[in-house]
Amino acid sequence: MGMQSQDIIRRSATNGLTPAPQARDHQQEVAKLIDVSICTGCKGCQVACSEWNDLRDDVGHNVGVYDNPADLTAETWTVIRFDEVEDESGTLEWLLRKEGCMHCEEPGCLKACPSPGAIVQFANGIVDFQSDQCIGCGYCIAGCPFDVPRINKKDNKAYKCTLCADRVSVGQEPACVKTCPTGAISFGSKAEMKDLAATRIEELKSRGHDGAGLYDPQGVGGTHVMYVLTHADKPEMYHRLPKDPHISPFVRGWKEWLKPVGALGFIATLAGAFAHYVGVGPNTVDIPDPEAEPAKQPEEKETVAASDTAQDEHPAGRE
Amino acid sequence: MDTKKLILRTKFVDRMCHWTMVACFFLVAMSGLSWFFPSLSWMNGVLGTPQLARMLHPFLGTVVFVLLICMFFRFVHHNMPVRTDVTWFRNIVDVLMNKHTKPLKIGKYNAGQKILFWCIMALISALFATGVVAWRPYFAGYFPIPAIRLALLAHSLAGLGLILLVIGHIYMGIWVRGSVTGMLTGYVSRAWAKQHHDRWYEEEVAPSKDTPAKHHS
Repeated sequence: MGMQSQDIIRRSATNGLTPAPQARDHQQEVAKLIDVSICTGCKGCQVACSEWNDLRDDVGHNVGVYDNPADLTAETWTVIRFDEVEDESGTLEWLLRKEGCMHCEEPGCLKACPSPGAIVQFANGIVDFQSDQCIGCGYCIAGCPFDVPRINKKDNKAYKCTLCADRVSVGQEPACVKTCPTGAISFGSKAEMKDLAATRIEELKSRGHDGAGLYDPQGVGGTHVMYVLTHADKPEMYHRLPKDPHISPFVRGWKEWLKPVGALGFIATLAGAFAHYVGVGPNTVDIPDPEAEPAKQPEEKETVAASDTAQDEHPAGRE
Repeated sequence: MDTKKLILRTKFVDRMCHWTMVACFFLVAMSGLSWFFPSLSWMNGVLGTPQLARMLHPFLGTVVFVLLICMFFRFVHHNMPVRTDVTWFRNIVDVLMNKHTKPLKIGKYNAGQKILFWCIMALISALFATGVVAWRPYFAGYFPIPAIRLALLAHSLAGLGLILLVIGHIYMGIWVRGSVTGMLTGYVSRAWAKQHHDRWYEEEVAPSKDTPAKHHS
């Protein structure tokens, strides 16, 4: 995103001493708010996403559910999930959720990514993949607490929702928001979206949805894609939306703990070897050829002879 | 090279195995480090572009693993623990301080080299196993994401451990004069053998009448 290259607050695999250009960071944090209680599952957002982002996923197969395609792919960045649940009284409820990148405030993908600048976070909160820097290792998939990124078989690079960073940078809302016919998806500053969510939740509660609430998980520092859920106390009901998503301790251990420990290990090993060599000198052969005739001069080979000379000059540690 | 006075310590096949492994390991380790320490990202330049390095790293790692299997069968009988290894450990300080005062009954490989052998075997096997779990696009898709996370952590841990051990191994080669030449040409001098591997020299290189040649298997 050339236009936004000076407002990158996080850049993958980049030393904190040499941050990405971030002089232009006086931006409001943005957020997309998805109200699942208004969604009708029309999939207009899926079409708009593919159209704006020029994606042409292969036509898949009907696997017996309404989810179509059956999963996110490298060329399907959002999918409406349909979950049928029955409450205690046996009433059927159809829970819909627009799945896609959550644009975490603390992105696990960015933490895991080993390629400098392949994943960036803009000052407005959007987490974007810079595909030309992607090396196809799939670490972002391991880092993501929501199982969102996908590697494309065509070019071996990872893809996901960009929150239409290109549209947002010129003051437009994402394509899915623009197209949603029921108004289930809103876009604006994160503060505005939280206010809007509060109004909606109040309304839902007044209509008997006691569990209604905002999904803005703090385990990842909050997200720039938020949901208004009618069952916010049980987000797992919405196609395994994690209740408390966070970056895995294995990923943290790998990226936060092991890195400094490894660096110390290198310094200690190299310093130890250096000090040892300076301290005791080379380990040379100091006995004569065991099979040489006593009368003869010992016929040492060149290497040994050379080391013998060195030994005479350097008798350290041989007292 | 006049080898009449020298002792063949490492055969051509074993040397080829070793040095091919060194070449592949160098490329794999450099690229691996470039991803572990992003400040060293230039290191994957040894394999071309970052994308090419990412693609080649697992294949070269597999070559290292295959060579390791060969070397395991070629070297394992020299690396089994024996009672005299205790003597070497007891005198570890003298060994490190360059004091060659008493014979330590060292076989073809000393106790430290044996530990290195087994650690390298364990770490490269672990690297291969965890590397397969994380290998895209071929195998990672068959494993659940939590398994991949664990594999990536274990892979980095094993990789770091291995590289540090190999740095130690290289240092020992530089420190003990004659070892690198020995591994390159295969030959060491009799004096070298007697000084650094006295039991090997006495039992297998120049067995006298009262110490019959003994083969550890």
